[in-house]
Amino acid sequence: MKRTQILWMGTALAMLGLPALAGGRGTDGELRITFPQATSTLNPYLSSGTKDVYAASMVLEPLAGFDENGAVYPRLVSEIPSKENGGISADNMSITWKLIPGVKWSDGTPLTAADVVFTGAYCNETDSGCAQAFKFDGIEKIEAVDDLTVKITFAAPKANPFNAFVGSQTPILQKAQFENCMGAAAAACTEQNFAPIGTGPFRVTGFSVNDLVQYEANPEYRDAAKPEFATAMIKGGGDSIASARGVMETGEFDYAWNAQINPELQAQMVAAGKGQFIMGFGTNIERLELNLTDPSPDLAEGERSTAKYPNPRLSDVRVRRALSMALDRTALNDIGYGAGGSPNCNIVPAPAFYASDNTGCLTQDIEGAKALLDEAGWKDTDGDGVRDKDGMPLKLLYQTTVNPVRQDFQALIKGWWAEIGVETELKSIDPGVFFGGDPASPDTAEKFYADVEMHANNFDGTDPEAYLAALTTDKAPRPETNWIGTNYNRYANPDYDAISAKLAQTFDMNERAAIAKQMNDMLTKDGMVILPLILRGNLSAMSNTLAGVKVNAWDSEMWNVAQWSRVK
Amino acid sequence: MLTYALRRLLLAIPTLLLISLFIFLMVDLAPGSPMSEIPRSIPPETRARMIAALGADQPVFVRYLLWLKQFFVVEPAYLIDGWFGTSLGGDQQRILSWQSRAPVFDVIGDRLGRTMTVVGAGYVIAAAIALPIGIYSAYRQYSWFDQLGTFVAMIGYSVPTFFTGVLLIVIFAVNLGWFPSYYDASLKVKDFASLSRQVWQMALPVTVIALFHAAEISRYTRSSMLDTLGQDYVRTARAKGALEQTVVIKHALRNAMIPVITVLALGMPSIFGGSIIVEQVFKINGIGGALIGAIVASDLPMVQTLTFIFAALIVFFNLVADLLYGMMDPRIRYD
Repeated sequence: MKRTQILWMGTALAMLGLPALAGGRGTDGELRITFPQATSTLNPYLSSGTKDVYAASMVLEPLAGFDENGAVYPRLVSEIPSKENGGISADNMSITWKLIPGVKWSDGTPLTAADVVFTGAYCNETDSGCAQAFKFDGIEKIEAVDDLTVKITFAAPKANPFNAFVGSQTPILQKAQFENCMGAAAAACTEQNFAPIGTGPFRVTGFSVNDLVQYEANPEYRDAAKPEFATAMIKGGGDSIASARGVMETGEFDYAWNAQINPELQAQMVAAGKGQFIMGFGTNIERLELNLTDPSPDLAEGERSTAKYPNPRLSDVRVRRALSMALDRTALNDIGYGAGGSPNCNIVPAPAFYASDNTGCLTQDIEGAKALLDEAGWKDTDGDGVRDKDGMPLKLLYQTTVNPVRQDFQALIKGWWAEIGVETELKSIDPGVFFGGDPASPDTAEKFYADVEMHANNFDGTDPEAYLAALTTDKAPRPETNWIGTNYNRYANPDYDAISAKLAQTFDMNERAAIAKQMNDMLTKDGMVILPLILRGNLSAMSNTLAGVKVNAWDSEMWNVAQWSRVK
Repeated sequence: MLTYALRRLLLAIPTLLLISLFIFLMVDLAPGSPMSEIPRSIPPETRARMIAALGADQPVFVRYLLWLKQFFVVEPAYLIDGWFGTSLGGDQQRILSWQSRAPVFDVIGDRLGRTMTVVGAGYVIAAAIALPIGIYSAYRQYSWFDQLGTFVAMIGYSVPTFFTGVLLIVIFAVNLGWFPSYYDASLKVKDFASLSRQVWQMALPVTVIALFHAAEISRYTRSSMLDTLGQDYVRTARAKGALEQTVVIKHALRNAMIPVITVLALGMPSIFGGSIIVEQVFKINGIGGALIGAIVASDLPMVQTLTFIFAALIVFFNLVADLLYGMMDPRIRYD
């Protein structure tokens, strides 16, 4: 055979092989995903659990989503509304979305503005207990201008109109399917809730509650070449270690969400060579909250931990600052999170646009902390190693949830505080109780019957307005509010309240960022009310055979699952 | 015997009602909230509305009475509807899980088969290997076989299943890669290939369950067998020249089986109840997995219904054990 002949044959073979290389719908077999918590329902309006929202996001789509940088990008609409294109009205009172023509539901019927209007009404129905109701706050009405145009009108000018129908928590439901599931009937619609019809890359073929979701490629998906996987499944159960092992060691799965395991195990599993860990950093900050009121058990129930009695130890900002200076946040991160976290000093750590440049807390300063406590009048007069003032020892109760990493943190922090002469009593509470918010329980985060509590919190989407407004004086949990409220610290600062109100009225983006940074600094480096520790990433595990994954901390991790494919 | 059984069944009714009340109060008084699993960024007003939609804000006795009605009236009605195509249930509210909003009995029905396949197989295999081991160990007491059997039984009984389970996964799934570490519930047995895959994925969990139960059953069999082998009638049988086989199987074994069968019957509820730990370790997501998941998520209707069913099964199999005892041992008469 001549050399040219061989060359030609090679070219012909390569050309034959080309279509397969370029992929196409359903060419890549099965996509296997595992979650440590199993999916309970596929209707994100009935459950805001991340496991449920993510599983639903394979099927249901919002009008727009957040990309890996936190920017809003169009999904079912032709462009993102703005002042320039007229989509957002000049007075910030309304936003108009234009649907892409020709988008079909997986049953072949067209997506119209009526479906969007219906979804809004479905969530607003008072007795359905819509889990995403807060995303619709401040909306006066949602109307269909024509078949492909939806106009949302707000009750008052809205600085951030990208709330409802943006991100995987508020996707569009099909009106025809959910019409009879409004209000009280919502829960009884098991069939609909377990197999919603969507516009996304997959459609549900089987669902076993709290166990397994099965999908197949949506034949009506608008990109004819996607998804490349013919079928997909999400198996739930076990724990984070088992999930990570399923991808990294046994190779039974392609992707594991929430494979949060300690740095030592991470290294061990990476060594198996089957996959890699990927991190998405959003706004989830592990922090110490300081109680500005007196949690003493000697006080009467109903007066304990209320604004009536200021905290005799922590009311002095110098004491709070000393507590922060004594911490070595880098050491904490190395022990607890490794590559899955990074030390941080802000409660608004991201997006970069809103994040303050505050890094002052990153270096530990034990001597400085001691000097500051001396200055504040806390001295060890009786020589027992614990500072005191007016006969009162500098003793704190420090609580958090039962969690191995948190208990390690507690022990380390207790040691550092002991070095500066602060005695710490540790307490750990079942997470179901701590986060349960039961007003009858003394151990909830809201009641805060302790001086210090540690937990993680983040904000939804990319706009911190509501998150920062959670610390205004009126949001303090107290008996009058039945211990409901988000200002756990009982922070009461009229300046902060005023600036928070101002943020809601500010529409210029640069000005908003300046205000958000100022509020962040008031709570952290200036006020020392919240001591941020670690910016926690979402640690997921991904098989080396999977391509196209872009980790995203602002939206569902399956946000671009249509682009995922098998490495060939 | 029949009147005795009837009397016991009637007596079981107040017992079960009392148990259901106790369970309900215990589950209800336990701290925790169905809202503790949702993201922290959900504001308190939305949480309050979700709790109200679940009915979780109702007073405890209202919820208890509602549960009683749903369990004893509505659910049987739906069951009959399912069998005969009637519509007794109408549009009455069934017991709904707080987690998934799906009827609790649908979830149980979905998972019961899986649990019974895996745990049941483990139990049957345990009995099948434990009985011969126990018998032979007793027959050749203090032989090397007996010593080995005792050793293995002690390990099986004292090493917890969460340890053996993870150990087997690390050795056979991770290092050797012979067996899967996840149980695939979507696998339908249609042909030989799928059957062998089913056996394959059941191998590890069944081994763990069988080892644990076999240890228990073989010890019972051995000690019961030892008791009977020392009886006068066994010596008599030997003295009159009966074959050794006849002596052991007919004279000793039959009598030795009476307490063993009681133990086996009392262990039956665990087949339905699942093995919470083994199901969790191997991600089988059967009944035991449903219970632990519901406890973690404070899904009270699910926890309440499952624990009550377990209680009812225990009461029922206690009765079965008593009746079996009466049938097999002529010395025991209930009338």
